[in-house]
Amino acid sequence: MAKISLQNLKHSYSATPQSDGDYALKRLSLDWADGGAYALLGPSGCGKTTLLNLISGLLIPSEGRILFNDVDVSRATPEERNIAQVFQFPVIYDTMTVYNNLAFPLRNRSVAEAEVDRRVREIAGMLDLTKTLGNRASGLTADGKQKISLGRGLVRSDVNVIMFDEPLTVIDPHLKWQLRSKLKELHQRTRRTMIYVTHDQTEALTFADQVVVMKDGEVVQTGTPVDLFERPMHTFVGHFIGSPGMNVLPCEVKGGKASFAGHPVTTVNAKAYKGKGQKLELGVRPEFVRIVKKGIPADVVKVSDAGRFRIVETRSSGGSIKLLIPEGEAVPEGKTHLAFDADHTQVYENGWMVGAKP
Amino acid sequence: MSAKTVNQKAWFLVAPVFALVAFNALIPLMTVVNYSVQETFGDNVFTWAGVQWFEQVLHSDRFHGALLRQITFSAIVLAIEIPLGLGIALTMPRKGPWVSVCLVLMSLPLLIPYNVVGAMWNIMALPDIGLLGKGINALGIDYNYTRQPISAWFTLVLMDVWHWTSLVALLCYAGLVSIPDAYYQAAKVDGAKTWAVFRYIQLPKLKHVLTIAVLLRFMDSFMIYTEAVVLTGGGPGNATTFLSIDLVKTAIGQFDLGPAAAMSLIYFIIILAVSWLFYTLMMKNEEI
Repeated sequence: MAKISLQNLKHSYSATPQSDGDYALKRLSLDWADGGAYALLGPSGCGKTTLLNLISGLLIPSEGRILFNDVDVSRATPEERNIAQVFQFPVIYDTMTVYNNLAFPLRNRSVAEAEVDRRVREIAGMLDLTKTLGNRASGLTADGKQKISLGRGLVRSDVNVIMFDEPLTVIDPHLKWQLRSKLKELHQRTRRTMIYVTHDQTEALTFADQVVVMKDGEVVQTGTPVDLFERPMHTFVGHFIGSPGMNVLPCEVKGGKASFAGHPVTTVNAKAYKGKGQKLELGVRPEFVRIVKKGIPADVVKVSDAGRFRIVETRSSGGSIKLLIPEGEAVPEGKTHLAFDADHTQVYENGWMVGAKP
Repeated sequence: MSAKTVNQKAWFLVAPVFALVAFNALIPLMTVVNYSVQETFGDNVFTWAGVQWFEQVLHSDRFHGALLRQITFSAIVLAIEIPLGLGIALTMPRKGPWVSVCLVLMSLPLLIPYNVVGAMWNIMALPDIGLLGKGINALGIDYNYTRQPISAWFTLVLMDVWHWTSLVALLCYAGLVSIPDAYYQAAKVDGAKTWAVFRYIQLPKLKHVLTIAVLLRFMDSFMIYTEAVVLTGGGPGNATTFLSIDLVKTAIGQFDLGPAAAMSLIYFIIILAVSWLFYTLMMKNEEI
């Protein structure tokens, strides 16, 4: 088990990168504590798999260093780094039984057979694979195979980190939920450092203590699921996390006071704005927009039912605003008035939250 | 669930296929069957002979000899070409400019007609002027394929290996490149050594391709004719008289059409049976 530090990490798939655009990963520094559960979240092509392969040693970084427990492993092979990785598609050794699949990483490292047996049975127990131990692995269903991949990662007691590269992609929805809670449970039992890559916010937010949101090869924000939800540092995070995403509306800030479509709005951070007249936006989540008697006038355009609440889409003179109304509460029709929750309304300049550290 | 609808109209749609198969396979085959159970003296006069020709062929030492030579030849060729082809495929580059160079070089022998291959090696292996023949003799080894059965066999095997190993290599190569990267990455992470990667990833994934390669090479080598005819005409003596050569000698040389037809059928059944056996053995334990 290990603490992982990434220092000024950069990676390009081209041998002679010319511009920033040639880099799949643009300068990244992170520190991950031993035993934590982390998620890398971002849209497809944002560089998260690249980052994962750099940590596992399947790729060697173009620049920067990777440290495991303060030891530089930037150029070490995956075997030397002693890591485990679970891939998007289940990788199993077809000709072997489930038992031999789980024993494979240990036998390759010449672990004594008695110890192999003990570890395999322990892991099989955790993953509910005990009954199928004697079966050929190729006969299992996709989720069974993915459990084997997972088991091969857990079977070694000394791995530094276990990495998951969108491991639930090929799993049926009803089993996804099961495997996800299994993962969480395994993390709590084993306390290994785990890194989970995904583009699915639900997976990331339920699994991880700390989520790293990436976009175009850069980290946009690192924080707990609550941080990301309540204080998105970038409008991208506000949009990407949450369903529906944050309302991003044009606004003006004068003398430390924000206004939207001519109406004054109290915000968390308008005072911090030093004012150069760049692109200014107001960010407020649909959860924090309320219907009031007097406020910002808007017309209700569409109401859609999302189970426990309804999503109401309105149009105001400043743009379209979404809000949530809990099940059972009256939904207004036609003209109405809106107000934003002052504690959860932020001002963004060029996409970044005003006053936040860059 | 409602009862299954029975509709026989589909038979009309497959009728053309049946007709085609009948004309290009069934009818010619039946002609051979017809010959194999009758005696003929020309003039389209046939008399019933029953299983006489089959008995004669199955009891003839000449057929036994040819069959034994045939089996030996196929066994040697398979034992060399399959591992060699697999080995070549494993060492071929997976990406970069050398891929196409390798592929073109490997395909070249496959494009040369059988009789040209025979003629090429015939000349090359001539002990007095051929590069290969002269070279071997220069090493102090007495080599002359027109006189020594061993030399003739050596030349034939070498010729076949040169001609067909590429096929095995290309099939295996295609199989290898289709293995997803994740398998190799997982093996790296699991600490597998090269041998373990081969044994537990590459070989199992190549199983189907290898089955095809073995079947193709078996069927083809079991029917070898042209090369041996061009090299020595089945000689020296009858050292390289394989089944097909023996068959042609019986049918066209001696005009023994009945025995020749019986022999063809036995030959056909052997190939069919062995192919089935290979396929069943290699596909054992297969769950799809």
